Amino acid sequence: MSEKDKKKPNRRDFILTATTAAGAVGVGAAVWPLVDQMNPDASVKALASTEVDISSVQPGQAITVLWRGKPVFIKHRTQEEIEEARKVSLKELKHPEKDEDRAKKPEWLVTLGICTHLGCVPLTNKGDFVGGWFCPCHGSHYDTSGRIRSGPAPTNLEIPEYTFVDNNTIKIG
Amino acid sequence: MSSHEYTPSSKFGKWFNDRLPLLTLANHLTDYPTPKNLNYWWTFGGILTFCLITQIVTGLVLAMHYVAHADLAFESVEHIMRDVNYGWLIRYVHANGASMFFLAVYIHIFRALYYGSYKSPREVIWIIGMLIYFLMMATAFLGYVLPWGQMSFWGATVITNLFSAIPLIGESVTHWLWGGYSVDNPTLTRFFSLHYLFPFLILGLVILHIWALHVPGNNNPIGIDIKKPSNDTVPFHPYIVIKDLFALLIFLIIFAFFVFFSPNILGHSDNYIEANPLVTPAHIVPEWYLLPFYAILRSVPDKLLGVIAMFASIFVLVILPWLDTSKVRSALFRPIYKQFYWFLVADVLILGYMGAMPAEGNYLLIARIATAYYFIHFLIILPLLSKKEKTLDIPLSITEPVLGGMPNPAIAKEDFKLKSLG
Repeated sequence: MSEKDKKKPNRRDFILTATTAAGAVGVGAAVWPLVDQMNPDASVKALASTEVDISSVQPGQAITVLWRGKPVFIKHRTQEEIEEARKVSLKELKHPEKDEDRAKKPEWLVTLGICTHLGCVPLTNKGDFVGGWFCPCHGSHYDTSGRIRSGPAPTNLEIPEYTFVDNNTIKIG
Repeated sequence: MSSHEYTPSSKFGKWFNDRLPLLTLANHLTDYPTPKNLNYWWTFGGILTFCLITQIVTGLVLAMHYVAHADLAFESVEHIMRDVNYGWLIRYVHANGASMFFLAVYIHIFRALYYGSYKSPREVIWIIGMLIYFLMMATAFLGYVLPWGQMSFWGATVITNLFSAIPLIGESVTHWLWGGYSVDNPTLTRFFSLHYLFPFLILGLVILHIWALHVPGNNNPIGIDIKKPSNDTVPFHPYIVIKDLFALLIFLIIFAFFVFFSPNILGHSDNYIEANPLVTPAHIVPEWYLLPFYAILRSVPDKLLGVIAMFASIFVLVILPWLDTSKVRSALFRPIYKQFYWFLVADVLILGYMGAMPAEGNYLLIARIATAYYFIHFLIILPLLSKKEKTLDIPLSITEPVLGGMPNPAIAKEDFKLKSLG
């Protein structure tokens, strides 16, 4: 074979490339179900929303409910706690978010009960901030709006999707 | 490799060996020429093989009684402890066996670090060894989740959340690992499956590890290349076999002490509380053998960088043969390296202690200094020493220091003292 022939792809090169490509697609198609079977399945997804009756939760009290296997805090905030959360200047916050954007109704804070550091459950009404949370694992302090104020956690407690079905019921998810 | 060609004595043996040379392999393993000055630090390879087999056998039996389901796992472990004949013994051997396995592997690794066993021509043995070590950590972590106690659950949560630090795809990766939106039944069943698989991968790698070892042959305490077979070697059987068995016996005494007298001392009492996704234990700690890495993870204030630092601390070990390029293998002939070696041992022990303490105040400060020193040792001190250190003269053979003509008799004496102390 001369130098010139080597450079110019011939019909055999085409067949080889096409076969390899078809083979790669075939292997990919065979492997994907093996990978995807590990993703959340239909039965897990079916439990993706929860309705909670909040009529008995008194001001200052917080309840913890299970949603998608994770704790969700529903806190009935007092007037002082709401004021406390709203008067904080955004400059003081590690992850600046207005309390107005975090609570659909000011007296109800609904937040995931999962520390954004490594996933522990913070303790309610503990820590350096009144009506806030404290994570015992690595010492993150959250305020009464669930915002990170000190400690290793990178972001505020996550707000799940939720709606008020009526005045006494919250639907999470 | 044996220098002579092996022929089985019986006719059937010869017929079979021509078709599958198992007898040649057995002959290679028994006659395998081994440096005659191997000390007791070299017996941990055999001890580790024993540990792996013990874990596989006890694990196989436990799997006959264990139920991998979030509602039943905790109870089935208690069933093993209370109802199954000798279940308590088998489970305690398996649980403490993991600790003993890591104790042995740390001694084995630090022996390699002291005597330069990772250097040319043994880099591939070393890298396979590091892969085994990494798989061991993964297997131990997966196994720790199976009893589905509080430490199981929250350990699994914290470790799988490490992957959420990956930018952009982190969350999808953790959901994929969990098979849901939190650690739950799908997580438990896949962890059980993988915990069953990994030991066999380790077994395969161990075979490659030994195969790769048998190409250049064992390193030895004075770290010189030797002629094989020669005055400097003894056959593996019976010399090394007996020595390994004796060391194993001593090791088993320690093993038995833990199993029979304090089977829970290395575990955490919170793991006797069933997993509860709503309550995190006040103080989450991994098993003792993972504490140094946990300390490194926590000492970095940024989530992603902490995870990177933790994996990097293992990766620097993998590339060690190219960080320490000194031609002299054994620390016996490297007076400065020898000191830094002990600094590193102390540093890793300090990291382990800090990993068990809460990450705050002085503990955190010390953990940060120790983390920094760990990387300085591998990335700065070792490459510098490789260039600058003035090493001592190395003997030409193992027998030479005894028979005379040795350039540095004092060092050789130290080596022989070490050997006799064992």
